[in-house]
Amino acid sequence: MDFNHTEEQTALADSVARFGERDYDWDSRRKLARSPEGYSPANWATFAELGWFGAGLSEEEGGFGGGPEGTAILFEGFGRMLLLEPVMAHAVLALQALAGLPGNERRTDLVEQAVMGDPVMALAHDEAEGWGLVSWVGTRAGQAGGAWRLTGGKIRVPGGQAAGQFLVSARLSGSIDDTDGIGLFLVDGEAAGLTRKGYRMVDNHLVADLALDGVEGELLAQGPDALAALTRATHHGIAAACAEMLGAMDAALWQTRDYLLTRKQFGTTLNNFQALQHRMADMLIEVELSRSMLFQALAAMAGPEGERDRALAAAKVAISNSGIFVTRNAIQLHGGIGMTEELMVGHFYKRVWVLASLLGNADHHLDQFMDHTPIEPVPADIAALG
Amino acid sequence: MDFTPNPADEAFRQEVRSFLQANLPADIARHGKRDSHSARADIERVMKMLNSRGWSAPHWPKENGGTDWSPRQKFIYLEEMRRARVPVLDRTAIDLVGPVICHFANDAQKQHFLPQILNGDCFWGQGFSEPNSGSDLASLTTSARREGDHYIVNGQKIWTSEAQRADWIFALVRTDPAAKPQRGISFLLIDLRSPGVEVRPIWSIDEVLTLNETFFDNVKVPVENLVGEENMGWTYAKKLLQFERTSSAEIPHIKRDVIQLKHLAATTMRRGRPLAEYPPFAKRIAELEIKVMALEWSVLRVLHAEEGDPSLNAVASVLKVRGSELFSDVSDLAAMAMGAHGTAVIPDTEGPHNMRPELDAPPVTDPEAVGAPQRAMFRKAATIYGGANEVQRNIIAKGVLGL
Repeated sequence: MDFNHTEEQTALADSVARFGERDYDWDSRRKLARSPEGYSPANWATFAELGWFGAGLSEEEGGFGGGPEGTAILFEGFGRMLLLEPVMAHAVLALQALAGLPGNERRTDLVEQAVMGDPVMALAHDEAEGWGLVSWVGTRAGQAGGAWRLTGGKIRVPGGQAAGQFLVSARLSGSIDDTDGIGLFLVDGEAAGLTRKGYRMVDNHLVADLALDGVEGELLAQGPDALAALTRATHHGIAAACAEMLGAMDAALWQTRDYLLTRKQFGTTLNNFQALQHRMADMLIEVELSRSMLFQALAAMAGPEGERDRALAAAKVAISNSGIFVTRNAIQLHGGIGMTEELMVGHFYKRVWVLASLLGNADHHLDQFMDHTPIEPVPADIAALG
Repeated sequence: MDFTPNPADEAFRQEVRSFLQANLPADIARHGKRDSHSARADIERVMKMLNSRGWSAPHWPKENGGTDWSPRQKFIYLEEMRRARVPVLDRTAIDLVGPVICHFANDAQKQHFLPQILNGDCFWGQGFSEPNSGSDLASLTTSARREGDHYIVNGQKIWTSEAQRADWIFALVRTDPAAKPQRGISFLLIDLRSPGVEVRPIWSIDEVLTLNETFFDNVKVPVENLVGEENMGWTYAKKLLQFERTSSAEIPHIKRDVIQLKHLAATTMRRGRPLAEYPPFAKRIAELEIKVMALEWSVLRVLHAEEGDPSLNAVASVLKVRGSELFSDVSDLAAMAMGAHGTAVIPDTEGPHNMRPELDAPPVTDPEAVGAPQRAMFRKAATIYGGANEVQRNIIAKGVLGL
């Protein structure tokens, strides 16, 4: 076990940090948030050149030799700069779903295309009443005239406005929460019968609700294969969200530290007040524990299924709660200025607010954690002692 | 980042587990399940059992009777000790004074004291706090005045944990009243049988006796009982905290307590069903377990960090704050999991001391349950001792955040 970055991981972390410093200062980011696309297509091309889209895939899978650790490094950096580009939608949710499909030529082509970054892809999976349950799929798929036709609705699709292609989950058989009977389809962004209702979240990320009315789709996988792909996408998405929340809360903590050292009240700088010092200490504790939580989740992703599910659920619960605590207190310790749209600190809170809700909120994941954590009498070998 | 587990660690865990299963006497394991304060007689027997294997103090340097295990192995050893319900040993000796002797004492002192500690023949009390020097420890006033071959010690220590069963006490004493507070302090080893020493019991709110106050009235201490150099005691005491940066997180003990908590929740009935099936209580357990996971991985990060890594400076304080909170919380939940009887005074009839042993107790017989209510009371000390959590927050604010 080694908590330090490898050479490749250090290089990746450095490249994200450099991009943040040079190309993603707060003023540029604010302008992007007000642009029609809500992000920069030029940045998008840069990310493809930097190899970021393939950073979370092994070479055998068509990536650049990373894994969830690579994804985590990227997204911790994104959290610090409050990146708007739909990288999670494209390179985590959609690409990891593709990489989770059974191996064939079609998968290889699609993975290659996604790693290149064009067109932007998005995973359209969540539905209004699913609340994070991966098997909750009410959109129906049926065959008509030799083609698959999808009908139903998807909610809050990340990257849903930028996407040129969608991966859409739809049910071939069974009831709405059956783990079996799900299909995963490739749908063109301009397909007939597809309506996007675009909107903006509080963190300035653009998303869309989709209405599908007999939309033609290409079946990529069905049954256990489709569920496995969706599960993989969700797991990598949770890891990315946790890493991004960690980056955001850490940046919020240190920006607040800097502010306390300069802001004067009652004739002295705020850092001299013990009530504020102790709040900051509690915030730092939450940041450090969140980093540990992220590590245990990354460690479990290569492990057995039950342990992996439990570890990811625990991480989403803990890091969401810590992230909200840290970023709302970052606003609090700034006082009124922290409430302004102009200052960055409030935007950390807004991003964490969204990430805490994506891919199953803390309640959902606490429930999942409890499903994987039996409450039992002491093990027999302990009972046998004395 | 590479989180591939080391298979040798798992083999090591099995080795420790098998040793304890084969060698831990049943009566001691039963006492350990109660997890009341340990009896000296039990500790003596456990230390001899461990010493026969060379495992009395694995985290000491190997040349002093410790081991060359990896940090991870030392942690696994502690996990298995707690999991097997081995009673808490003489931590004052093994974790506090022992490492100081290993690192700063002379050869004669090492040869005299260390083998006795390893074999459970010499028990120790700790003399840090004074009535007017708690969180502000450097203001201590117990004095040691040099007279020929002796120091003459005068003053009063308080919260001298386990002094009632100890043979010796280590004390921070002021040897230079003119120096700055931290500069004039020395680290002295004092035989509790010396004339002029008086140990008075202080019963704690769990009605058990581990806290004491210890008075020194012109106590003659031979100069050869000074550790290291005169006036360097504060430095040694600070170093002491770094030897065992992770221990205040109490993860091995908390993990043991979580097993016990779940046992109690699974075996206590509520309206015809195990309490474990009652969602509000099950949720409390889950939330606690998630916090324990985060803390455990924080400990692992420290164990795998390289010595001298600046990120370690404040981590001891982070671990102490959250560890002591969870140490207290888990004991509360265990008592709550007993239902009505979780509010009862249940004297440990096989334990070393009970304040009012004459009173009746409810018919609680599961040894995992007997000690739970008292422990919930005593664990309120966790957020105070070892540097109160408010002091730890000061350290984090200044030392890490630069506030």
